[in-house]
Amino acid sequence: MGELLDGYPLGQAYDEMFGADGLPYPHMRALHDALQTLTREDLAQREAARDSSFRDQGVTFSHAGKEWVFPLDLIPRLIPAAEWELIEAGVVQRVRALEAFLADIYGPAEVVSDGVVPRSLLTTSAGFCRPAHGFRPPNGVRIHLAGIDLVRDQAGVMLVLEDNLRVPSGISYVVENRRTMARVFPGLFLEQEVEPVASYPGQLLDALRRSAPAGVEEPTVVLLTPGVHNPAYFEHAFLARKMGVELVEGRDLFCRDHVLYMRSVGGEQRVDVVYRRVNDEFIDPVHFRSDSVVGSPGILNAARVGNVTIANAIGNGVADDKLTYTYVPALIEYYLGEQPLLPNVATYRLDDPDVRSDCLARLDQLVVKPVDGSGGAGIVIGPHASDAELAAVREQVLADPRAWIAQEMVLLSTSPAQLGDRLLPRHVDLRPFAVNDGEQVRVLPGGLTRVALRKGSLIVNSSQGGGSKDTWVLTTRPQRAPEVDGPSAFPAQTVRGTIPDRGPRGDEPQQ
Amino acid sequence: MLSRVAEALFWIGRYVERAEDTARLLDVHFHEVLEDPGVDEEATYAVLLTVMGVPDEVAARHRDSRAVLELLGYDAAIPNSIVGALVAAWQNARGVREALSAEIWECLNSTHNSLPTRVSAARDFGPAPFFSYIRERAATFAGHVEASLSRDASHDVLLLGRSLERVDMTARLLAARIGTGRGSEGWTATLHACSAHDAYLRTYQEGIEAPRVLEFLLVDRLFPRSVFHALSVGEQALARLDPAYGRSALDEPARRAIGRARTDLEFLPADSLLEDLPERLRGLQRTVSTVSEEVSRGLFAGSAPLHWSLEESAG
Repeated sequence: MGELLDGYPLGQAYDEMFGADGLPYPHMRALHDALQTLTREDLAQREAARDSSFRDQGVTFSHAGKEWVFPLDLIPRLIPAAEWELIEAGVVQRVRALEAFLADIYGPAEVVSDGVVPRSLLTTSAGFCRPAHGFRPPNGVRIHLAGIDLVRDQAGVMLVLEDNLRVPSGISYVVENRRTMARVFPGLFLEQEVEPVASYPGQLLDALRRSAPAGVEEPTVVLLTPGVHNPAYFEHAFLARKMGVELVEGRDLFCRDHVLYMRSVGGEQRVDVVYRRVNDEFIDPVHFRSDSVVGSPGILNAARVGNVTIANAIGNGVADDKLTYTYVPALIEYYLGEQPLLPNVATYRLDDPDVRSDCLARLDQLVVKPVDGSGGAGIVIGPHASDAELAAVREQVLADPRAWIAQEMVLLSTSPAQLGDRLLPRHVDLRPFAVNDGEQVRVLPGGLTRVALRKGSLIVNSSQGGGSKDTWVLTTRPQRAPEVDGPSAFPAQTVRGTIPDRGPRGDEPQQ
Repeated sequence: MLSRVAEALFWIGRYVERAEDTARLLDVHFHEVLEDPGVDEEATYAVLLTVMGVPDEVAARHRDSRAVLELLGYDAAIPNSIVGALVAAWQNARGVREALSAEIWECLNSTHNSLPTRVSAARDFGPAPFFSYIRERAATFAGHVEASLSRDASHDVLLLGRSLERVDMTARLLAARIGTGRGSEGWTATLHACSAHDAYLRTYQEGIEAPRVLEFLLVDRLFPRSVFHALSVGEQALARLDPAYGRSALDEPARRAIGRARTDLEFLPADSLLEDLPERLRGLQRTVSTVSEEVSRGLFAGSAPLHWSLEESAG
């Protein structure tokens, strides 16, 4: 082995590079061989180049009041074409089922009358939004952009960990990671055929334009951000730039007669589609939190009347509620008549008294999560938790069982990550992004691989010491045939006729 | 201003712009080949070398990224490579230091001094930092020109050189893209090469498609790297250089050629922009060489090479 992978310790987890026999998987061989030729100095050089590139571009997220450079691990994570097909199909299936679920519960709610889910699932969900009831978005799409978190267990099976259907973030890091890797580490790409990711923002824009209210030919799309203090502000600015849309804050918008406008130097300008990165509860002080200053009063009524599209739709939170998650395999069967392609992690509903007492008895083996959390907040990992933490979560569960779920602990797969001058196994997950344009759900190739850089840690969130990896979907796509008639030759570039004349040579000494 | 000085300034303007544009061109092609498995490396570079006017027998020997980077990037011996163009700019500057501000000279000189280190780093670790270094140096150069060069004939002649080169290189860039016949990813890369991606999206707010990209890069009135904009700037500089400026319409072939090319684009109906595009691009090329030749004949006539001889042999 080369010096970087020397003594790479294989643990109990499934490793993304090495099989149980200690040899790299066939699809990892090219990368493995390329890594073997690297020295520690090489790696340090690339590390410095990456850091300065990210710092200069301001690829950051804010956490605990500071701006941090988003940590990109230099070793990419590879997904072979065949496995990607499964992931893609599984994610599409899931998004279609969840779209059908949302359309149903904000309409006839047949899923309840057919007894697939209890009515209480909806009525007790913090994400269920009554003002969204009875309203059908223009092209029927509520989940314009979804991020489905996947993990791989010890047996190597891809499982769905959670769905993010409200304001999933991470696309900007996918695009920037690839851009940076290609510039910092071009040598790794040789001999590999990797699906490009640069079209992500374009595909999102396309889906947003197609969701415009009926009759609008040239929709004006804007991106609504809570502002520069939001942790994901870099991403908001990035997407606005890459989509060429205005990045607006609540104070730039106003509603009049159920029509949304933005204030611009050219006067008021009508807005047709709002891609919002503001949560439901803050988006409209008229309907939700009246103290919100980042939303736009009246925007929800404008959307209900059909004068503006809000993407993702209001009220999606009920579908990515973690209690709803436990029903998703049933929803896939109910709405699509299909078997789930990507299974759930074994999950327990704590509002059932028997299940609850079973789970509470072995809390130290389970993972307990709040149903409406995101970003890894509030999660208690039994085997890693102190007795005090376990006691605290037990009390919380008993006080409000509906607010929690328990899951079997999944030992996430590991992938080589750079730590100092070595490569060591660290746990990873994967968040593929799906865009629904109303006709088709498309999964953008790859997605965001997050990696827990602390040894043994299973928490990959960037706010908790996680990093990310460039994610390569390997492809066997044939190359496009070159054009038959190439361009005719251009004349050579002209140059100054003579080397600049420096005058006569003279040896006269100067005084 | 001395004709000799004017000619040097003109070529400094051209060479710095050429180095920058070549860096942009190579940057997109290199990363396309690297990042998009759908791109045929050999065919892409064949097209690139054709539009760069590289002779067939030389082009045949340069069919992959490494070879093309050596040829158009690092070869100091030919003035069409990035390094070669910067060396040529430096050579021109060295002879006319008194006409340049200290900042401009220092910018060109320090760039020239740093090239060997930069090239060897690019060979070892990939060309991306080299490309962005070149773009930054060109921007620094432009900033010093903007801030420290009097708006007299020296400024006009430098601006003329830069504008002509920009028209020439943009035409080549567009021809390269048409030749590789790729979809919207390809045009996205072209926009990036012209630093036009964000400006384009803000202008059109819809997908990236060939006709609109061509429209933007050829005739957009406001974007500083569009062909139309470069022609207008060059035309105005040329007009100011005319001693009879504002008095009479002289029969002046350089102004006629550049003015005609500019009005051609200005009054062209949008839907006929794409008609016979390769010929239109070659036409722009011809305009550039006509103007360049005429300017050399007219403004720089006094700097025609002399033959130096020693006194004794003259006797």
